[in-house]
Amino acid sequence: MRKLFPALSLRLWQVWYRNFLVFRRNFLVNFLLPMGEPILYLVAMGYGLGVFIKQIDGVPYARFIGPGLVSVAMMYAAFFECTYSSFVRMIFQRTFDAIIATPVNVDEVVAGEIFWGATRAALNSTMVYVVVLLFGLGPVWLLPFVPVFGFVCGVLFASMGMIATAVVPSIDFFNYPIFLFITPMFLFSGTFFPLTTLPKAVQTVSYAILPLTHIVRINRAFILGHPDATLLGSLAWLLVVGTVAFFLAIALMKRRLIK
Amino acid sequence: MPEATKPTETPLVVAESLVKRYGELAAVDGISFSIAPGEVVGFLGPNGAGKTTTIRMLSCNSPRTGGRLEVFGLDVALHPREIKGQLGVVPQDNNYDPDLSVIENLLLYARYFGIPARTARQRATELLEFVHLTDKAGEQVDELSGGMKRRLILARGLINTPRLLVLDEPTTGLDPQARRLIWERLRELRQRGVTIIITTHYMDEAEQICDRLLIMDNGKVIATGSPQSLISEHAGDEARNRPRGRRGRRSRNRAGRMPFPEARGQVRDIRIRLPGRARAHPQAGAADVVQRAAGNA
Ligand SMILES: Nc1ncnc2c1ncn2[C@@H]1O[C@H](COP(=O)(O)OP(=O)(O)OP(=O)(O)O)[C@@H](O)[C@H]1O
Ligand SMILES: [Mg+2]
Repeated sequence: MRKLFPALSLRLWQVWYRNFLVFRRNFLVNFLLPMGEPILYLVAMGYGLGVFIKQIDGVPYARFIGPGLVSVAMMYAAFFECTYSSFVRMIFQRTFDAIIATPVNVDEVVAGEIFWGATRAALNSTMVYVVVLLFGLGPVWLLPFVPVFGFVCGVLFASMGMIATAVVPSIDFFNYPIFLFITPMFLFSGTFFPLTTLPKAVQTVSYAILPLTHIVRINRAFILGHPDATLLGSLAWLLVVGTVAFFLAIALMKRRLIK
Repeated sequence: MPEATKPTETPLVVAESLVKRYGELAAVDGISFSIAPGEVVGFLGPNGAGKTTTIRMLSCNSPRTGGRLEVFGLDVALHPREIKGQLGVVPQDNNYDPDLSVIENLLLYARYFGIPARTARQRATELLEFVHLTDKAGEQVDELSGGMKRRLILARGLINTPRLLVLDEPTTGLDPQARRLIWERLRELRQRGVTIIITTHYMDEAEQICDRLLIMDNGKVIATGSPQSLISEHAGDEARNRPRGRRGRRSRNRAGRMPFPEARGQVRDIRIRLPGRARAHPQAGAADVVQRAAGNA
């Protein structure tokens, strides 16, 4: 009989450490590259497109999309780490098989991978926020909070990535969750234009099922300086869905790895 | 006095009517054995016999479908952590970490066992010496030869100073010299009192290092005994000269591969080179032995 609750111990950080060790080798590439893309977006959209848009919701366009870019970094970093990268480790490198021959168990391998994905989210979103700061589009005092929130959101997206990893038959199948879930979120979560321009029904769906919508909402409120109590609802949504996804990811990966 | 009163050491491994089913297929079909401390036991059998499945259950990585299985006196289903902490595993596939160097592979593996960094470094250095890889310590594993990779995996399996070392086809695909080097290391470990379980397709390998063999086919143990006794029992003249009969099942997991490809080519050798006495040619015998054992079983 399979246990309902995962058997986790601090050993999971050894799995995290393994990925950190490899990451550290290409530190500069891994660390600085995430800054490149938001710079391009800010210049192209914020200032290029921004010439025509002037203001959205009372702020210049570049200011408007800054929080969107920080949010997207949280999503992409964690989701891609725990899909393509985890899949390569699991199937092609057989890293997980090697680890579970030691006292580290499957639950810890999966949790370690998810927390590593969340760490990537924390790092990347922080680097993006540094860019936002360099362009003078946000307050400096928020900087230490970005990685914390990035980690929390990262756990959610990393877990969702792991769920995909647990069920895809081959690496090409990741195109489905990306096309059906990640790209729509990139576009329809209030990242580049306010949700209020969309039909009411789309807005409702967006709030109901797209985690990025809640993340953008929280990031924008803080970065633009108008947080309010309703954000707690979004935070609660993220925490609940994140926790469920985390446990589901472990359960599904166990099914895949233990035969 | 009857032998029964002789105090027997508590066995390290006990399997009783052990079964593993994948859907309809019984990969392991009710096998029983026990392994005493210090013993070197070989599982010999063709592709798909159930060797890896047995090893995987033993190393707590695959839940059994039925029967009893205890390692170090502990049920594998209930105490996987305690068991794995004292177990060394050399899996059939070289699952080293290609993103890391040779020594990093060992140091990282030590962390999974919770071995303190200083001890780990010392053990890793010793082990690299033991498997003759000291001068490769800083290299990327992908750049090593097949034999070196295998030795690295052997070293990795020893990083926790295991009481029981389990090796799944440690020398398959290696050249004779690389194989001899691994055998020599295994004999050294046996001298030091490490209990070893090994799976193999090769009779010569079994003969070289095993005290006792369990011959598997179709998920069952069809014969057991010392390598010598099995050879003389099952691979006599008659076996050599009879036309080949049933060869055991074909591989179900690797389409197109014949059972015992290695042994097949060698069977002719026995006839030519060793007429008369029932002593198998080193590289041969596996197919013969299994075939004969299956006939007798
Ligand atoms: N995960 C699995 N799902 C379904 N069937 C499996 C699985 N693993 C092994 N089998 C089947 O169980 C049988 C025994 O396989 P096993 O790998 O134990 O054989 P083996 O003796 O190690 O063979 P080889 O010499 O080729 O390594 C085979 O028929 C194989 O196809
Ligand atoms: Mg096998």
